[in-house]
Amino acid sequence: MHPAIDWFSLPSLLKFLAAWMLLLSFALLAQRRLLSLIHLLAWQGVTLAVSTALVAELTGDRLLWLSAALTFALKGLLVPTLLHRLLRRLQVRGDVEMSLNVTSTQLIGIVLVIFAFALAAPLSGALPAATHGMLGIALAAFLLAFLMMITRRKAISEVVGFLAMDNALFFAATSATLGMPLIVELGVALDALIAFVILGVFFFHIRESFESLDLHWLEHLREDQ
Amino acid sequence: MNWGAWGVQTIQVLLALAIAPLFAAWLQMLRSLLQNRRPAGLGQAYRDLRRLFHKESLLPEGSSWLFRFSPYVLFGTKVMALTLVPIVAVNPPLARAADVIALVGLLAVARVFQVLAAMDTGTAFADLGAHREMLVSALAEPALLTAFFIASLLAGSTSLSTIALHAQQGMFSLHPSMVFAAAAFFLVLLIENARIPVDNPATHLELTMIHEAMLLEYSGRHLALLEWGAQVKLLLYVAMGIALFFPWGIADQANPIALLLACLAFVGKLFLAAPILALVETLLAKKRLFRVPEFAASAFLFGVIGLLTHFMLGA
Amino acid sequence: MILLWLLGSALAGVPILAFWGDGRKGRWLFVAINFLVLLCSVLAAKDFLQHGPLAAMGEELRMDAFSLILVLLNSVVGMMTAWFSAGYWQQEVQHHSFGKGRQRLYHAMFQSFLATMLLALLSNNLGILWVALEGATLSTVLLVSLQRSGESLEAAWKYFILCGVGLAMALFGTVLLYFAAQPVLGTGARALLWSALHHHAASLNGTVMALTFVFILVGYGTKVGLAPLNSWLPDAHAAGPSTVSAVLSGLLLNVALYAILRYKSLADAALGPVFASRLLLAFGLLSLLLAAFSMLRQHDVKRLFAYSSVEHMGIICIAFGLGGPLAIFAGVLHMLGHSLAKSSVFFSVGRAVQESDSRELEDLRGILASRPVLGWSLLLSILAILGMPPGSLFLSEFLIVVASIQQAWFITPLLLLGLGTAFAAILPRLLQMLYGAPNSPKVMLSSKDLRPAFLQILAVMTLGIWIPASLDSWMHSVAGILQ
Repeated sequence: MHPAIDWFSLPSLLKFLAAWMLLLSFALLAQRRLLSLIHLLAWQGVTLAVSTALVAELTGDRLLWLSAALTFALKGLLVPTLLHRLLRRLQVRGDVEMSLNVTSTQLIGIVLVIFAFALAAPLSGALPAATHGMLGIALAAFLLAFLMMITRRKAISEVVGFLAMDNALFFAATSATLGMPLIVELGVALDALIAFVILGVFFFHIRESFESLDLHWLEHLREDQ
Repeated sequence: MNWGAWGVQTIQVLLALAIAPLFAAWLQMLRSLLQNRRPAGLGQAYRDLRRLFHKESLLPEGSSWLFRFSPYVLFGTKVMALTLVPIVAVNPPLARAADVIALVGLLAVARVFQVLAAMDTGTAFADLGAHREMLVSALAEPALLTAFFIASLLAGSTSLSTIALHAQQGMFSLHPSMVFAAAAFFLVLLIENARIPVDNPATHLELTMIHEAMLLEYSGRHLALLEWGAQVKLLLYVAMGIALFFPWGIADQANPIALLLACLAFVGKLFLAAPILALVETLLAKKRLFRVPEFAASAFLFGVIGLLTHFMLGA
Repeated sequence: MILLWLLGSALAGVPILAFWGDGRKGRWLFVAINFLVLLCSVLAAKDFLQHGPLAAMGEELRMDAFSLILVLLNSVVGMMTAWFSAGYWQQEVQHHSFGKGRQRLYHAMFQSFLATMLLALLSNNLGILWVALEGATLSTVLLVSLQRSGESLEAAWKYFILCGVGLAMALFGTVLLYFAAQPVLGTGARALLWSALHHHAASLNGTVMALTFVFILVGYGTKVGLAPLNSWLPDAHAAGPSTVSAVLSGLLLNVALYAILRYKSLADAALGPVFASRLLLAFGLLSLLLAAFSMLRQHDVKRLFAYSSVEHMGIICIAFGLGGPLAIFAGVLHMLGHSLAKSSVFFSVGRAVQESDSRELEDLRGILASRPVLGWSLLLSILAILGMPPGSLFLSEFLIVVASIQQAWFITPLLLLGLGTAFAAILPRLLQMLYGAPNSPKVMLSSKDLRPAFLQILAVMTLGIWIPASLDSWMHSVAGILQ
């Protein structure tokens, strides 16, 4: 029997999670059903929490464990549950409408991934060996979430894209730079929570006014008005 | 002539041929249990094959030699493909004759003959099935190739045995590109073997058939060979997946103890793979036909991202 | 110490107004809190004169000349807006029948907006700067959608999404900066302190800093209103209450630009001054021209002046992009003048819109004849914003044109084209507003509420002729800080 050598070393587990993160971002781009979007987002949150915990283990920074726990609670559990409840209360049904069809969106996504990797490649030299390639993956995930926001029509899927962008950013902050000062992270988390609350308030108002969460109705404000 | 190696090769092929219906029956049993139905038992596939072999084979009017010839070609190519994959031992002698690309080529030959035979019958539904099959596999095949390319690039060779050896020795660690290769491979497995969410293997509604439609006109021993061939194909894909991603247990020496352990390991992995497949099939719903190319395109693009990750990030 | 008082009084105002911000007491509480903030900032200025740059909380808060100027500006304009809002808001509540909850929301969110901007200006920690700007954005989202009409919801949604995306990019830039800073300053909060980074800026990795600056420029640039990411600006200004438009244009755009300039100073030291300056110059020019030509097509008065804000921000970016002591002095002067003049424009326009109950230019006519005080306020503030002497905008625009002739003569024609087009877009509409056949207003309102507008116009004109010595020296030292 051969020993499984590198399997459990922290840097390679981290790389594995980075790939998983990018996979989830790409899957988010290709998904149609709103419920699946929320589940994928939850999985992304869990991946993020696990990777933060790994980085905490790697650097020995105690505060990052707290950050990992917060991420799990917030992004893995709380936000998807709230979105789920929002979906049910607003009685939004059906698939997401896309501005472009799925295959074209995916192809543009690939182009963005190439772009992100190309941007990050010269920076890899300055990274410590453990995080080699993380910045490129984080940037790619970020751009994919951005693409997702642009090509969607329903308000809830735009929000999911926004949250996915947030996740990618957090991943960059923990894995590529091995953590940020705690006060900054707390501030960012607080802002995210408040933003989310405001969004929830918003959805109700939009639905009351427009009787639909389809953004198509939100395109009345134009230049020649 | 290295009798030992040839012996191992023969054992490998025979083992695979024997186990294939068992695996299919085990998968079907798990699906039934998950769907709260009474399972048909593990021997059902064998019983079906025996029944079919005893029956008379009818040929449609107007069909040509292609129709009669195809089942044998299909079965033959699947057996040939089996010789290339390291199931219980690496470096079977015939494996040196071909690599992963040739493996994909063999499967393509099988597909071409199946499609031509279906069109040969002249009936509408078989034709329909043939067109759909080509639609879907046009995208699935490149996906499979990209998954193989990633593995080959990491192992430095296109021979499946070498890839398996490298994976076994932990050379892959947990490369991000392998994650994408695994995702692409899994999706292709679902597509090529007509699993839900692509195609329901148990459907009787012709309008939703892809693979089944092509088998509609067959009967008797031809149908038996085709069914067996499909089961062997499923086993083949699972064995390929195991060789690429979970190769621990495959013997790299010819001594009997290692071989025995390898056989046990293989059976064990099959035992574990079936529940995963059954879960996936039960939890997902079949996709609309026009969404299936998207599914295949996703598989391809996963493979492309994996290649990009490998080349541009060195991961 | 005084910094803590300053920040604390602004932040404490938020819960106070959240509970007691309705009715008459709410309006005057709002004025009182901002008056207190203004006092604190004047005291801080005195402290600065004696001791130089101030710091608090172990270097997390810091005030140097640049932030001092903007803090003073923020407190003055904030105080004036609060004063104007007392009268304006009373009318709005009556007109739309806003309940107590809505009134408290308005005042609390407004105060939170002013407080977070103050935090952004005082923060030495670039991560906290981001948090503060995000807080400011979130506060204004609810303010823009206050009316809950379809139009305002749409404007607020667009604002939220676009600025959210922009701030996400800016956060990525911040992360990249931290990543660049780690080899030099180690991990921990010290690596994000601007003062420490500025000290060691030359040893930061050039490629990472280039990428950082691009993300920051695109990210915070969305909040500044730089083209092509400024589509939220006209909608948000048009749909929200005029007091909100005044502070959005007058204050938030400045603070976002301040953030970009802090990063630019770091990037310039790490990369050499050419890269960041060229980018800033290009975006500034693009914004100027795009805004100027869009103004020609507007028939909604608030959208018109929203585009004017984009135009002026473009001019300021051109100034900072040109670099050099003359251009930077002109840029800072323009920031000051624009805030004061634009907020008084929005006060006057807001009043006119309230009286006519319409934002269309066709419905606002002959104001000078029927309501002289409002008419004069409109005339003087719009002339100031157009860059007529003796307003300080004339001085700063003139200096910028001179600087561009000296340093980059090929952009001078474009600069003049933009300025000229903007002038041509606004002046006829101004004349139409003042001198056309008068429409009788739906509501006649007290003209005492326009006193803050007049005070600010007076300030703009004074600055155009005479700049106090200390202010002058502060503005000159900004060039030293940013280079």
